[in-house]
Amino acid sequence: MAAADVMEQPEEIRASSYVGFDSITDQIKHRLVKRGFQFNVMVVGQTGLGKSTMINTIFASHLIDSKGRFEADEPIRQTTEIVTNSHVITENGVKLRLNIVDTPGYGDQINNEGCWDPIVKYIKDQHSLYLRKELTAMRDKYILDTRIHCCLYFINPTGHGLRPVDVIVMKKLSEVVNVVPVIAKADSLTMDERLKFKKRIREELAYHSIKLFPFQSDEYDEDEEKENQMIRDMIPFAVVGSERNVILDGKSVRGRKNRWGVINIEDDKHCEFVYLRNFLTRTHLQDLIETTAQLHYEAFRSKQLLALKDASNRNAPSTTTQS
Amino acid sequence: MRDAASSINGSANRAASLVSQQTYPASNIAPPQVSRKQLMGYVGFANLPNQVHRRSVRKGFQFTVMVVGESGLGKSTLINTLFSTPLYPAMELPPPSAEPPKTVAIESISADIEESDVRLRLTVVDTPGFGDFVNNDSSWKPILDSIEQRFDAYLDQENRVNRSKMVDNRVHACLYFIQPTGHALKPIDIEFMRRLHTRVNLIPIIAKADTMTDEEVTQFKARVLADIRYHNIQIFQAPTYENEDEETLAENEEIASRIPFAVVGSTTVVKTPDGRTVRGRAYPWGVIEVDNEEHCDFVKLRQMLIRTNMEELREHTNLVLYENWRTEKLIAMGVEQDQSVFKEVNPAAKQAEERAMHEAKLNKMEAEMKVVFAQKVMEKEAKLKQSEEELYARHREMKDALDKQRAELEDKKRRLESGRPLTPEKTNTRKKGFLRT
Repeated sequence: MAAADVMEQPEEIRASSYVGFDSITDQIKHRLVKRGFQFNVMVVGQTGLGKSTMINTIFASHLIDSKGRFEADEPIRQTTEIVTNSHVITENGVKLRLNIVDTPGYGDQINNEGCWDPIVKYIKDQHSLYLRKELTAMRDKYILDTRIHCCLYFINPTGHGLRPVDVIVMKKLSEVVNVVPVIAKADSLTMDERLKFKKRIREELAYHSIKLFPFQSDEYDEDEEKENQMIRDMIPFAVVGSERNVILDGKSVRGRKNRWGVINIEDDKHCEFVYLRNFLTRTHLQDLIETTAQLHYEAFRSKQLLALKDASNRNAPSTTTQS
Repeated sequence: MRDAASSINGSANRAASLVSQQTYPASNIAPPQVSRKQLMGYVGFANLPNQVHRRSVRKGFQFTVMVVGESGLGKSTLINTLFSTPLYPAMELPPPSAEPPKTVAIESISADIEESDVRLRLTVVDTPGFGDFVNNDSSWKPILDSIEQRFDAYLDQENRVNRSKMVDNRVHACLYFIQPTGHALKPIDIEFMRRLHTRVNLIPIIAKADTMTDEEVTQFKARVLADIRYHNIQIFQAPTYENEDEETLAENEEIASRIPFAVVGSTTVVKTPDGRTVRGRAYPWGVIEVDNEEHCDFVKLRQMLIRTNMEELREHTNLVLYENWRTEKLIAMGVEQDQSVFKEVNPAAKQAEERAMHEAKLNKMEAEMKVVFAQKVMEKEAKLKQSEEELYARHREMKDALDKQRAELEDKKRRLESGRPLTPEKTNTRKKGFLRT
């Protein structure tokens, strides 16, 4: 946000000889690499849509197990549970601390009213935890960030449109977290069906004014804006996940093998997995983290502090945070 | 004749040995003697099946199938594929601003289709909205109500005076579409099947099976069957007859082993990589053929539903499901079963029986009366004896009293004579009172 025009814009000058402060980027990089990054992602969707498989595929390692019901005598979950898994993966010396939040039981019951409440509560709880840590007098140097940076919402590949529960939940979630919708098990849709389905979903999302990441913002420059537009045209991503390798044309790739063909998930003509992976890890990772901090967290924070101020003004016993 | 003990899978042997299995509840009439005879020439009743065939072809057949499942699982496409007719038009999605429906709707479409002079009136009942709401607590109620309503309508028709035109629109089969999650049945699946398996022939189907690999399909099928067994859900099992040939038996076994069927539906014709044109779905990575047994179980489903077991489904609906419903309903209305109508009536024997019964009754009455008489006599005697005893007792008492009086009187007389005053006064009055009463 540009500050109020109290000061004039300082004029840009060029130094007469090389000073060398451009090495600050390297210094920052060095410092950050030492510290490592923190990324928290949440997966939301009905049982059996391949959420756990997708996460394992994106990060190319077995991070979480499927929490489906496999035995007949296993009891059915009655509410949405929140299960967190933490891992640290390293690549080229860069350490990524990954927190994966799974939501087994979501949308599985016959009556799904309120199945999204535990999820929204969890997200807000993380914000409030961070706020509390920030507000203490003696706070840590680096506050452990457990706020959810990205929420992957898995859509059932019906080919028709969004279901009522999807619309409600996406609306609620998009107010507190970055939502990235994903069409699960996209290998059940032919190309035509896929296009029609996506178009239909985009129409419905626009109709219900659900704001998805990436958001419109003035901060992005041209190239970034073009990229964002491309992403927006592709959302929701139609993906297929697989942890197993199959042989295709003599090479071993991750894919699924049927009697009538072999799907190569890394082939962008088969499915959009590569786009999702690049979006999540290669291009927009930092953006996701920043937007969470600057947009969602700030909104939460201002609401909380205003509420605190109101409460203390009225001299009522203040309840610090509301979930 | 309806044997009340016919079980779901036991209708097999009925036809063969109908006569010898008739039971006569509580009767002393012997069943008719059945003996096997050899034919010595050609009679011609082997033509009976042809006559039945001709009649049924003339009348035409009716078949009603219901499809249930969440939207987007390919129900309409599968129906169109099964019967190779565009029964359901392409789905028109309402715009996002349209109001979504609040309850499950029941819509039926009928079509008369003909093949080789055999006419079939096919009715498909669709259930849009099932499982699509946030709260699906009562999604099966409208469906169950519709099925029971059809049973009711048939029951009413049966009870009419003129029954020549009976229309059978009871649901003969229910195809239940399961989402291919790969895990196990969802709560809504289990609940629905538990509520409806006693009213309709349930045939579970795994929809959109092209998302699963071979081993996923086998595992999923095993889990679904385990779930079904665990909750004691009865799905339709094609009955096997012993007098069929090897080939048919093997075929039926194969069909039964593939339940629940993992199907893919498609009415579009595509070109396979090796140049053939088939019904199927074309993906960038391959083409799945609907009519290819290797690719999916569509062919088996079609065989079971149409080619081999359509009549079984109808029969089962009529003889077992409908009968159970009818029995429950009539018992609830207070109608009781009169067992005597099952006895065979032979007039002479009946008369003799009646006479014997009558005699027996009279004898019994006589004996009873005798007993009663004897009893009464005894009672009277006892009473008389008792009163006699009482009388004696009273007589004795009175006698004693009299004696006592006399003794007293003597005593007084003596006293008076000897001249003692005192008590005589009192005794005198007392004596008087006593004498007076």
